[in-house]
Amino acid sequence: MAEVLVLVDQVDGEVKKVTTELLTLARRIGEPAAVWIGEGADDAKAKLAEFGAEKVYVAPAELNDYVVAPKAELLAKLAGEKSAAAILVSATAENKEVAGRTAVKLGSGVLTDVVDVTADLVAEHSIFGGTTITHAKVRAGVPVIAVRPNSIPAEPAQGAAVEEQVSVELSDAAKAAKVVERVKQEKGARPELTEAAIVVSGGRGVGSDDFSVVENLADSLGAAVGASRAAVDSGWYPNQFQVGQTGKTVSPQLYIALGISGAIQHRAGMQTSKTIVAVNKDPEAPIHEISDFSVIGDLHQVAPQLTEEINKRK
Amino acid sequence: MGVQGGRPPAMNIVVLVKQVPDTATERKLNPADNTLDRASSDGVINELDEYAIEEALLLKEKHGGEVTILSAGPDQATDSIRKALSMGADKAIHLNDEALHGSDSLQTAYALAQALRTTEFDVVVLGSESTDARTGVVGAALAEYLGLPQLTLANKVDIDGGTIRIQRQTDDGYDVVEAQLPAVVSVVEKINEPRYPSFKLIMAAKKKPVTKLDAAGAEIDPAKVGLANATTETVDFAAAPPRAAGTVVKDEGTGGVQIADFLASKKFV
Repeated sequence: MAEVLVLVDQVDGEVKKVTTELLTLARRIGEPAAVWIGEGADDAKAKLAEFGAEKVYVAPAELNDYVVAPKAELLAKLAGEKSAAAILVSATAENKEVAGRTAVKLGSGVLTDVVDVTADLVAEHSIFGGTTITHAKVRAGVPVIAVRPNSIPAEPAQGAAVEEQVSVELSDAAKAAKVVERVKQEKGARPELTEAAIVVSGGRGVGSDDFSVVENLADSLGAAVGASRAAVDSGWYPNQFQVGQTGKTVSPQLYIALGISGAIQHRAGMQTSKTIVAVNKDPEAPIHEISDFSVIGDLHQVAPQLTEEINKRK
Repeated sequence: MGVQGGRPPAMNIVVLVKQVPDTATERKLNPADNTLDRASSDGVINELDEYAIEEALLLKEKHGGEVTILSAGPDQATDSIRKALSMGADKAIHLNDEALHGSDSLQTAYALAQALRTTEFDVVVLGSESTDARTGVVGAALAEYLGLPQLTLANKVDIDGGTIRIQRQTDDGYDVVEAQLPAVVSVVEKINEPRYPSFKLIMAAKKKPVTKLDAAGAEIDPAKVGLANATTETVDFAAAPPRAAGTVVKDEGTGGVQIADFLASKKFV
């Protein structure tokens, strides 16, 4: 069986959930081969094996010193050497860029924000804010596919995870944009927005930069916190938490919208959520139409009551 | 660029602009060839491109130079080009050729790279993604085709002599990235606040030069663009199944408890 390369996402050496989803998908297509960049592969190997990685290619940490291009050079090289059937990456902003450059190098095609892939490499997309489903495929070369986190459930299946050190002689062009500093801001204990199984978002109805009503509910559920554009534009919550057309696209099991009207631009970022719950005092707000359960009421009354109730039932 | 000391020479900045269907209108695909049905909805300038134009104008105000708009698209794209010029850009290049119809994101990046070779530039600025296709790959692919530094997802840009430094937005903060000009820069939404065109600028924009460029003029290989040569193919499409109507209740003092009951029924709590 041909190998399917899976670029591993990790945070401080911990394999992210989306990688286990990609390995699960890769097993439909061929033999999963995880691509790990940097230190810590020994510790992460067990997790990669648990979801079916037969191989683990370990590349030097130097690749992370420059923006995107070195990863593309590595993946293109491995795809050639290993005659890979496909390359799967997570559909994060950075990895979509990696996918694009890799496909240019391979003379193949790239499919981004994919929500499902069949064994014969037909990819499903949800476009125009979740109103249209398309199926697409790459016509030439090794398909490079960026899959949205939370699209399919990860299922364990033991793999051998045989480690192999790999290297790539980086071109000068790949070293042209150098990362000189990494700045981490307020991470906290909450899950990452696009990965989270549950997202609680606040909008205009929150009314101020005191987002504690949203954060407390999120924390009771172990959820990530999101914000609508109105809340971000008002300066109530940082930009990187914006959900919607010009922000992040999320697809959690449960999305709770607090004080968000549900304009098309917001729906574009959350409409593929499995279950949607909303609280909005405006009975005409479009968010009620796409919710599985919604309450017409003041979020400052409803959300604290919900938080208390959840904590009580734990 | 790259001159040591003194005021750096004026910069040539090119901004990439894409006309997209208005998100507020109904967007459709054309069943004949599964490409975007541009007739079905109003065309507007891609929202993030306005931030790219603003950043280019800010760079020009600081360093001097000229801002050129480059747009690939059919005749209707003229609307977005005029909008860009009315924000204050100096001139435009309109890459317009039937051969480009149906090009995918990588082919578009290739065509734009070829068009960029017809002009001199120090910086190319673009929005980090378009609101229609949302692939987010064009900036990276453009850097790959041109062999230039990729300074994408910028929420801050500084240029000092021949050195450019950006803050690249990440999930948990930002990376500071440095390169030598020329470079490809893509911007995210919160980098600035795009200006509104003044009446004076709108009138002036009508007189600004727009150079027409076709595929041959940009030395674009016809075998590398267009629907027939696309690297990807949309096999089929259909309307997403509508979400089943949910329960809507009015809060009578127990709204929170009712949601908790619903979440419990779905095993979330």
